[in-house]
Amino acid sequence: MEHFASLKRSKDGQPVRYLVVDDSVFARKNLARIVETFGGQVAGEAGDGMTAITEYERTNPDIVLMDITMPQMEGIEAAEKIVGQHPEARIVMVSSVGYQENIVAALQRGARHFVQKPVKPEVLYEVIKYVLGEDGAVANAAGAGV
Amino acid sequence: MKMELIQPFINAADAVLAQGLQSPMSIGNLSMEQEAYRRKGIAALVALTGDIEGRIVFDLDPETAVRVASHFAGAELPESDDLVREAVCELANQVTGNAISVLNDQGFHFRVHPPVLHVSDHGPQSTEDTEALVICFETASGSVFMNIALRYNVLRTAMAAGK
Repeated sequence: MEHFASLKRSKDGQPVRYLVVDDSVFARKNLARIVETFGGQVAGEAGDGMTAITEYERTNPDIVLMDITMPQMEGIEAAEKIVGQHPEARIVMVSSVGYQENIVAALQRGARHFVQKPVKPEVLYEVIKYVLGEDGAVANAAGAGV
Repeated sequence: MKMELIQPFINAADAVLAQGLQSPMSIGNLSMEQEAYRRKGIAALVALTGDIEGRIVFDLDPETAVRVASHFAGAELPESDDLVREAVCELANQVTGNAISVLNDQGFHFRVHPPVLHVSDHGPQSTEDTEALVICFETASGSVFMNIALRYNVLRTAMAAGK
């Protein structure tokens, strides 16, 4: 697995906290492993859109990584509901279903970005850096944090 | 079943397996099946509905499934681990999702359903409309079988054409 310079929160130098939402346990573990290589911390996990909403309230993460095709409530609907309550929420859709209509629908309903599966860690890293903007900082080589 | 429907699945399987396994692979045996589907090992099924309907099954013998899942997970997994079955489902999900993304951008509209483990030894028998194409991908971890049975949804196609 590749190594990445740690991404930290610029306000306090703490690890970026992620909510990982996917109906596949395997996919969640895989994403968790990837974000840990970015220096991140998994604050919560959810296997469907409904649980994602309650987990967002509970964990107040910096970034949500959200699958689209899930039972009970799909990811785009869950993203819309979360952003409706928390306009500051940063949601990145992570799905194998990456056709244009779907991407546009996700962005129109509040997602900040889209990453297609299979996830390339270097692509996800750049997307997270972009989505965090000034609220994220790359730790220097000496690991000094912000 | 037309090649225009099949090719995106082959390309997607090629890309997903090559990235996950980090090694080259080749397409082995191709065959048409009209007999009832017979499971080989750990199998995951993804159903499609919409302009094109049917299902895709990914099927790996248990030893291959462990090797493939371990590659995808970046760690050795025991055969008994639920993650092995989950990995086969996720493989099916990724290949199908990538393929229908291409088909959707060509104008076909689908709904892809979450993958489910295919646990029965036999699946439904194919019909003339839905004969199954079985493609074997030869990888360094073993053979991965993709069984595709798709057909055009005649009613939706006619409605779209205004008939």
